[in-house]
Amino acid sequence: MVTLNLAPNIPDPDGFYERLIEAHRGLSDADSALLNARLILLLANQIGDRAILDAALEKAASLPIER
Amino acid sequence: MSSFDYPTYPYRPAPEQLGETAPTSPVIVIGAGPVGLTIAIDLGQRGIPVILLDDDDTVSHGSRAICWSKRTLEIVDRLRLAEPLVERGINWRVGRVFRNDREVYRFDLLPEAGHKLPAFINLQQYHVEQALIEATPETVDLRFRHKVVAICQDADRVELTVETPDGRYTTKARYVVAADGAHSTTRAALGLSFEGRVFDERFLIADVKMKADFPTERWFWFDPPFHRGGSTLLHRQADDIWRIDFQLGPDADPQSERRPDRVLPRLKAMLGPKAEFDLEWVSIYTFRCRRMRRFRHGRIFFAGDSAHQVSPFGARGGNGGIQDVDNLAWKLAAVLGGQASDRLLDSYDDERVPATDENILNSTRSTDFITPKTATSRAFRDAVLSLAEDAPFARALVNSGRLSTPHSYADSPLSTPDSDAFTGGPPPGAPCPDAPITGPDGVSAWLLNQLGGDFALLVFEADPVDTDLRQVRIGGTGGWTDPEGLAAGRYDLRPGTCYLIRPDQHVAARWRYADGATVRRALHRARAAEHSTIETAPMEAR
Repeated sequence: MVTLNLAPNIPDPDGFYERLIEAHRGLSDADSALLNARLILLLANQIGDRAILDAALEKAASLPIER
Repeated sequence: MSSFDYPTYPYRPAPEQLGETAPTSPVIVIGAGPVGLTIAIDLGQRGIPVILLDDDDTVSHGSRAICWSKRTLEIVDRLRLAEPLVERGINWRVGRVFRNDREVYRFDLLPEAGHKLPAFINLQQYHVEQALIEATPETVDLRFRHKVVAICQDADRVELTVETPDGRYTTKARYVVAADGAHSTTRAALGLSFEGRVFDERFLIADVKMKADFPTERWFWFDPPFHRGGSTLLHRQADDIWRIDFQLGPDADPQSERRPDRVLPRLKAMLGPKAEFDLEWVSIYTFRCRRMRRFRHGRIFFAGDSAHQVSPFGARGGNGGIQDVDNLAWKLAAVLGGQASDRLLDSYDDERVPATDENILNSTRSTDFITPKTATSRAFRDAVLSLAEDAPFARALVNSGRLSTPHSYADSPLSTPDSDAFTGGPPPGAPCPDAPITGPDGVSAWLLNQLGGDFALLVFEADPVDTDLRQVRIGGTGGWTDPEGLAAGRYDLRPGTCYLIRPDQHVAARWRYADGATVRRALHRARAAEHSTIETAPMEAR
């Protein structure tokens, strides 16, 4: 069983987060969903390891849905 | 509206109706579609008398199944009937996928040479049925307008009640193959049902006859300018007939959508206002991905659409059905001929249920891609399509139908697992690949044709094995030669390598070296013989 890296791994986290939000500025919900989907697919291909992808899917789905 | 001249096959009363006492038939097949005809011919060619009952007096109404895969053609070629179909059909192997008006990517189904048969041909179901009807051997008693209305069985036989224009009669068989389609009366009569999913999305098939300069390729559009919001498939058939398949959405009315005043504007939007075409056939359908829990019920076997249904994108319906009966025919013949016990017939479920699940899995995945059910599912679909043009990885995710590939019976109880090391070649349970070979007299031939329709051994650069089985030897004294090395490559052959091939040309076992006793053990297993029989009654002793 692969362990998902949950420790800090993104350099300049504030900068990355800003960039992520910026990419969605002015988009409709539908366009944002498309952008997110593209992003997920590109990152998934970059990772290219089904065990890691499955672990990430499981982790994301396991958290309670809170808004 | 059809340019096809439907043949009429005359009704004839059966001997049972004329007061003759009919013996119990070895096999009765219900339904003279491609699946029923194929098994009737297969059994008939093996010398088993077959009664084939059909409630109609002609071939398939409409083109219906049009894509026949290489594996299906190889099965039909084993029956020596493939060549006229290939000659008549449209040979294709390239598919293109478009989004809007731009090509997203193209694929080639058979990028390698050295196969007798093409990746796919397109040929209307009525042509296939007509060719098969004309090829039925004398051993097949083909009865048109003989409709099965009741069926029951006990431990020894099946009794059928058959309705004809002259009234009813009853007849008996040791085994029955129900190839009577998605609305199988046999399945209903036994109170059996399908399990699985039916989708709401409606699709329209419009076959048109036209002279068009589209290439002979499978073209699939997501959201094209001429049919916004839906998908469209264009595929060529024989006789200048083109299959066009429009996604209509879940709310489409199946009655009004089939009317020419609804269909023609869709076609004109696609083909242009000046295109000249005639409407051949129209059909509305929904996706269905479901099967019976089991295909064997006592002495009755379900095959093809009577046993399972899949969505058409992927060509897994007709091809899956032909592969069902390819699996069943030799087993029935072996049991009827006394070479195997009734236990062998249980392996029909062991092998064809997983094969069907593979088809249903692929069909369900295609359905989810072609018809996204939620906004998020649609976002992912559109993301894949928008990435696919630039990013090769995304092309692998585009799913406009995963086209039928032969199933490998990986966990079959009939297979002997590998004990020797192989790095390639078909493992036990897999179908045999073809390869060109040359005879000692210099004559070119194809490996699959030489393997034939009975158990056979494929032996490479070795002396014959001590067995009664037919042996196809490649290399060595008096053997076939492998001029391009393709057989050696495709089977991972080394001197001494030996494959035991089943009558359906799937691998039963393989070794780096085999003697007669080793082959006999695998042969008994492939015939589902009891373990004790394997040890005490080798072939020669029987």
